[in-house]
Amino acid sequence: MIISIASGKGGTGKTSLAVNLALSLPGQIQLLDCDVDEPNVHTLLSMKNEQVKPVYTLVPEIDEQKCNQSKNCVNFCPNHAIFVGKKGINFFPELCYGCGGCILSCPNQAIKEGKRQLGVTHRGVANHGVEVVYGNLNIGEPLAVPVIKAVKEQASPNNEVTVIIDCPPGVSCPMVESVHGSDYCVLVTEPTPFGLHDLQLAVDTIRQLKIPIGVVVNRSGIGDRQVYSYCKSEQIPILLEIPHSRKIAELFAEGIPFVTKMPEWKSQFETLFQMIQERYGR
Amino acid sequence: MKICVTAQGPTLEAPIDPRFGRCANFIFIDPDTMKFEAIPNPGSMASGGAGIQASQFIVDRGANVVLTGHVGPNAYNALNAGGVTVYVGISGSVSDAVNQFKAGSLQSVSSPTAPAHMGMGGGRGRGRGQGRGRGS
Amino acid sequence: MKELVIVSGKGGTGKTTITAALAALAPNPLIADCDVDAPNLHLLLGPEIQSTEEFIEAKVAVINPELCTGCGACEVACKFDAISPSFQVDPIMCEGCGVCFISCPADAIEMHERLSGYIYASETNYGPMAHALLLAGESNSGKLVTRVRELASNLAKKHGRKLILIDGPPGIACAAISAITGASAGLVVTEPTVPAIHDLQRVLELFQHFNMPVMVLTNKADLNIQKAQEIEEYCHQKGIPVVGELNYDPIMYKAVVAGRPIVEYAPSNMLSKGLKAIWKKVEQQLDAFQEA
Repeated sequence: MIISIASGKGGTGKTSLAVNLALSLPGQIQLLDCDVDEPNVHTLLSMKNEQVKPVYTLVPEIDEQKCNQSKNCVNFCPNHAIFVGKKGINFFPELCYGCGGCILSCPNQAIKEGKRQLGVTHRGVANHGVEVVYGNLNIGEPLAVPVIKAVKEQASPNNEVTVIIDCPPGVSCPMVESVHGSDYCVLVTEPTPFGLHDLQLAVDTIRQLKIPIGVVVNRSGIGDRQVYSYCKSEQIPILLEIPHSRKIAELFAEGIPFVTKMPEWKSQFETLFQMIQERYGR
Repeated sequence: MKICVTAQGPTLEAPIDPRFGRCANFIFIDPDTMKFEAIPNPGSMASGGAGIQASQFIVDRGANVVLTGHVGPNAYNALNAGGVTVYVGISGSVSDAVNQFKAGSLQSVSSPTAPAHMGMGGGRGRGRGQGRGRGS
Repeated sequence: MKELVIVSGKGGTGKTTITAALAALAPNPLIADCDVDAPNLHLLLGPEIQSTEEFIEAKVAVINPELCTGCGACEVACKFDAISPSFQVDPIMCEGCGVCFISCPADAIEMHERLSGYIYASETNYGPMAHALLLAGESNSGKLVTRVRELASNLAKKHGRKLILIDGPPGIACAAISAITGASAGLVVTEPTVPAIHDLQRVLELFQHFNMPVMVLTNKADLNIQKAQEIEEYCHQKGIPVVGELNYDPIMYKAVVAGRPIVEYAPSNMLSKGLKAIWKKVEQQLDAFQEA
C-alpha cells in the first residue's frame, strides 16, 4: 500500500507524521521523501549504506552544422529557451522543461536528446530497518518534478512493503506529482484559519486525482474549531489528533522523532494505519 | 542599417520603455531617412523567456542595433549571437535616442545591465516511467 | 524602489505572520503575497479586492475522438505521462507543451487555453496589495509569482510606494526562485530545529547562487536555545546579518484566529516589541545593502 502525506500549508507536521508512522508500523516500511527542495526525513533519522544516483532532465543537443535556420524549434518552444541568430544558436537550459518538441520539430534532424543533471537521489537504511529514499535538488535549479519522479521510481514493487511518501507543501505540480499514484492521501493540518484555508485547497486538488483522503489535525487545542466543521461537512474522516505540546516541539527541534521518546504514541500510529488499511488496503 | 528602440508608445515622440523583453512597443527605424515602423511587442506579457523571445523577434526583423533601458543576461547573450549591438541606459524620446546614436554619443555595452530574473514556468520536467508496475 | 522578499525554505516557520507584522510596522509599504500555492497573508491583512485578472498562461491538449485514429503517436511523444493508453488527456499531468499536437498525423489534437488562476489588486489598511490564487491542480506557479511581482511593481509606482514586502513561498525551486530573483534583499525566517537549520543552509545557498544580499530572523528561538545560538554563529561565519530572535508563544495562533497582525492584536506582548526592534534593524540593513 502507498500512503502519501501532504498538506497545502508548510510546517504542519507532514515530515514528523511520516517519520513517526514509519517507526511505529510493523512489517517492511519504505519512506520516500519527495520534498526534494528541502528534504528533511533524513535529518530526523540516521541513515546507513547510502547510495547516491544522479537525476537528469532531457535537453536538446543542437548540431549547429546541420541547422538550416528554419527556426521551427524557436517557434515551437513554449518557454522561449532557444535563440537562433546569425552568429550562432543559444540554448537557455534553465528555461527548458524537457518536452522534446524542438527535436520533433526540426526538419533537418539537427537536434538530438541530451541530458542535464538536476540533482541526486539518496537511498539507504535508517533506524528500525526503514528504507529511506530522498531527493536533493541542485541549488538554483527550478525544476523539481524530475527529481521527485526519480525518488518515486525507487518505490518498492513488492506489495508487502508499505510505502509512505512525505510530500512537498503547496498544491501545484510538485505536490501533485508526489501524491499521484497513491492508494491513500493523509492531509496534515493545524486548527487555524491558515490550516483550514490551505486544507481546502489541498482537498480540492487531491479530489481531482480521485485518491481517498483522511485528515490528521496536528497541534490540536490551538486555534479554533473550523477545521473540524469543514471535515464534517465534507465527510472527510479525522484519523488522528496530535495535541499541541511543547515537548513534541522540543524533540522535533533536537531532530528526534517523538515516538521514540513517547512510546505510548506507537499504538496510535498503528491504529491510524489500520483504519486506512481496513478501508483502502489491497 | 536598422535600429530598434523599445518604446512606451508607437511614435517617435514616445518615451523609451526601459524594459527590453517586456517593453510595450518595438520601433524599427532607418536612421538615414527616419522612416519607422512601430510593432507592439508580442511578448510583453510573457512570464518567462521574454528577453529571448524579444531578441529573436527583432533579429528576425533585421535590426543591427538596439537602444533600450536595461537588458538581462539571457537577452544580452541572445542579442550578441544575433549580431546586434546593444546600447542601454537610454531615456527621453525615441527620436532623441536615435539622434544621440547618430551623433555617436552613446556607448555600447559589453555585459548585461539588469539582474537575472527567472520567470520560470512550473514545468513538470521529463516523465520517464509510465507509472509503477506493482504485482498483486 | 526596494523589494524585500521574506522566505524560509522550510514551511511553517512563521513567514506569513512576520510579513503581516512588518506590513503593519513599515511606513507606506506595498504588499505582495507570492505564496500563490497556499496564500495566507490575506487572512491577516483583510484585503478588499479592487480588480481581478484571469491568469491564462498554459494550454491543455484536447483530443477529438472523432478524428483520432488511435495510432498512439501522441502517447509516445508525451514526456509527461499525460496521455492514457485509451487516448484521454489527463489535464492535471498535461504541461500544454504541444508535442502531441505536432506528433498527431490525423490533426485530431487541439491546444486550448486554460484558466490557471486569478491575480488580484487590492487595498488593505496597511497599503495596496498584489496577490493571487492558483486553481486546484494547476501548474505554472512560478509564472504566476512573476505576474504578482509585476503587478506589485506597477501598483507601487502608481501609489508612490518605495518599499515592496513580498511574502514568498516555501522551498527553493521554481516558485521560490521566481519570488526572489531581482529583489533587493531577502529575509529568511528560520527556527532552531534540526530540519529548519538544514533548510536554512540550502535557502542561504540559493541567495548566494543569485548573488543577492540576505538577512536572517530566528523565530521560536527558545524552543532550543543552543540551536538558536548555532544559527547565529553559522550566519556570523558566513557574514550574514541576524536581525533578531523571537520566542515561541502560542499567542501567534490567537492572532491568526483573530485575523490580525500580531503587533495590532497584542501590541504590548513581547513578540510585538521584538518585531518593532527587528523592523528597525531590517530597515537599517536594507539601507546598508543598498550602499554596498
